[in-house]
Amino acid sequence: MATQHSVLLAADKLTCIREDRLLFDQLSFDVSAGDIIQIEGANGTGKTSLLRILAGLSQPYDGEVLYKAENIHHCQEDYNSDLIFLGHLPGIKGEMTSEENLQFYLKLHGLDHSLAEQTLAEVSLFGFEDALASHLSAGQHRRIALARLWQSNSKIWILDEPFTAIDKAGVEKLEQLFLRHAKNGGAVILTTHQDLSIHSNDFKKIILEHQFI
Amino acid sequence: MQTSYSSAFFTILKRDLTIALRHRDDIINPLLFFIIVVSLFPLGIGPVSNTLMKIAPGVIWVAALLATLLSLERLFKNDHADGSLEQLLLSPCPTFILVLAKILAHWLITGLPLIIIAPLLGVLLNLHQDSYTALMLTLLLGTPVLSLLGAIGVALTVGLKKGGMLLSLLVLPLYIPVLIFATSAIDAASMNLPYNGQLAIIAAIFFGSLTLAPFAVGSALKVSTN
Repeated sequence: MATQHSVLLAADKLTCIREDRLLFDQLSFDVSAGDIIQIEGANGTGKTSLLRILAGLSQPYDGEVLYKAENIHHCQEDYNSDLIFLGHLPGIKGEMTSEENLQFYLKLHGLDHSLAEQTLAEVSLFGFEDALASHLSAGQHRRIALARLWQSNSKIWILDEPFTAIDKAGVEKLEQLFLRHAKNGGAVILTTHQDLSIHSNDFKKIILEHQFI
Repeated sequence: MQTSYSSAFFTILKRDLTIALRHRDDIINPLLFFIIVVSLFPLGIGPVSNTLMKIAPGVIWVAALLATLLSLERLFKNDHADGSLEQLLLSPCPTFILVLAKILAHWLITGLPLIIIAPLLGVLLNLHQDSYTALMLTLLLGTPVLSLLGAIGVALTVGLKKGGMLLSLLVLPLYIPVLIFATSAIDAASMNLPYNGQLAIIAAIFFGSLTLAPFAVGSALKVSTN
């Protein structure tokens, strides 16, 4: 079904070694438009390392990541404008209000920032727009970071544990958003230890295991 | 391209200035440190005006170096700790633009206040009356160099848990040329000699680091977040 044309991102024989330990070896896979990919594995199997390599933050020991058949480090600007990566840390500044935090990221990506207030309402932060982020909880920080997803026009979403500190209703809303994004031709790559309530036909899994040599 | 580079530049500049203005320690602490270090010298050496006049240029400049060094860590440390640094690196505009914006914000927050307060401290140290213009000009050209070169050091050490000491060992030697030419310019001015040559060299260092440092910082940040 997936034609060569709709492959957004391809991992080509990725090898990752951390602290003299082999995390994964010769890992190859394609991410096409419409894919939701869950990366599963026990702690320390390299899920975060894989996501950081895919986002271009870390260098693999061997292999490369291709965006539209070009190495991501050669087309970084194009790739970055088509990518949202949310890591373990939400990247929220305590000295700014939640609205300013969101506006900053929207502006940085050249998006319309006048709708920041409504977008915050989507992640149940209505009424907190003017609260300094340092007065908000960890879950609310994550919600501010996730709010960017509602406004993004990037195709590739790489999300590291997006559901951490998010309540049940919030998780459900996010899953709906992922489905909608995939339907519109986007791709979501995420790690989570929770079971997704999305129907299993709609998403793929990559399972990382401990490597013993 | 969706974002224009200049809008990304000003977005980051505005953000850093907003944070600094809401978190005033960042502005006030280096400034107070500068004032206190300079005012220790008359106390320690004694108020003999001739001795003070001789050492004044050096004292003001060394204190400015140390005050800048003290403030350098805030350039990337907080951003690294809360994850916004990786978000900045993943933004669609080239790294050197955002690095340049952050360095400019750092200079406006720490370098500019030092320049404004420096003449007052010159009075305190009995600086030669003909030296004030030279002092201001060297600071105006020299403090941006301190921010630019310092940023390379911070970018290299930002991933380390206790990088503070290492940072000073890395950065202080790089500051030596600016220190030498700045103090020699101020000395020359006090003897009514021309000091264009020294100023030109500091200006050359400034433009050299302005064009090259942002790229070095960008690569260093990529290494540090790897």
